[in-house]
Amino acid sequence: MDNAAIDHIINKYQGQARFLIQILMEIQEENRWLPREVLKTVSEKLDVSFRQVMRIATMYKTFSLVPKGHNEIHICMGNACHVRGAERLLKEVQELTGIKPGETDSDGKFSLEIGCCRGNCCSGPVMEIGGKTQDKMSPAEALKNYE
Amino acid sequence: MSKILIKIDGREFEASEGMTILQAAKEVGVEIPTLCYYEKLEPYGGCRLCTVEAEIRGRSKLVAACLYPVEKDLIVRTRTEKVDQIRKMLLELMLAHAPASRDLQAYAEEYGADKNRFQKESSFCIHCGLCVRYCAEIKKKEVITFVDRGTNREISFIPEIASQECENCKECFPLCPTEALQAAYVLTQALSFPSLQSVTE
Ligand code: SF4
Ligand code: FES
Repeated sequence: MDNAAIDHIINKYQGQARFLIQILMEIQEENRWLPREVLKTVSEKLDVSFRQVMRIATMYKTFSLVPKGHNEIHICMGNACHVRGAERLLKEVQELTGIKPGETDSDGKFSLEIGCCRGNCCSGPVMEIGGKTQDKMSPAEALKNYE
Repeated sequence: MSKILIKIDGREFEASEGMTILQAAKEVGVEIPTLCYYEKLEPYGGCRLCTVEAEIRGRSKLVAACLYPVEKDLIVRTRTEKVDQIRKMLLELMLAHAPASRDLQAYAEEYGADKNRFQKESSFCIHCGLCVRYCAEIKKKEVITFVDRGTNREISFIPEIASQECENCKECFPLCPTEALQAAYVLTQALSFPSLQSVTE
């Protein structure tokens, strides 16, 4: 991500420090992760200490300090999904992609996250890829659509 | 400034407005245990070891003495059974993280806390925030920060700044009630800016 793109986002919020979280969210959205250099630039431009920026960036799950894959896989581990076999689903997805929760594969295609309730308990165990629920198909089929 | 009449463990005291219970207690010679409190820093209320019972208009509640401002007709009890129980539990929980801490052990003796009550989970840091706050508030260097959250929360040096500032300061080291801070520093240094000396030694 270049400085112009960061500037553009920061300018949208008139460089106000109180919009730190929104700014980081937009950068995360665009860049899919927050490189250290970018965080430093943000810290300088907003005049917020780097320590404070780091604290925020590590606090929220939305932010990633390592590169994320193009397609983010979310597997729900909530109660309903757990009962309906989330563990098995997770294991299968791990085998298919070769990554564990929190990791990204080497070609940056997929990253895997687990979480709780995606608000779709009746079709559990729920797997989402890029925010879309993968319904009525095997994990292998679902992943193939995003290869 | 107006005076406020309060009572701490039966002793009457004329406190001035804006004082905390902890400050008032010090004046009357009542000792309240603290871990995250340091008079040069803003009160933090992190450890809750200073918990006392405060009675106002006949109602009693548990408050953190280092934060709670005195008010009219306040009655404070610093060593009730309930308070002692809370302190004991807090100490036992913290001892699971930092069993070797001298400060904790001294308090543990006083409150009968058993350091083996909970399974050891040696993270060493008890999150008192003294190091983080000292660096930010007094030194204005902001080298140390808390990162992550919940059970994964930990202190972290920012190596780029630490390599410039820490060698000649280290004023936060004696503040740490455990030795987590020193350990974190040595680790940061070894990973990010090893001095020639420590390489050759
Ligand atoms: S490292 Fe020490 S001083 Fe810093 S927060 Fe942890 S226990 Fe407190
Ligand atoms: S000294 Fe009051 S909460 Fe730590």
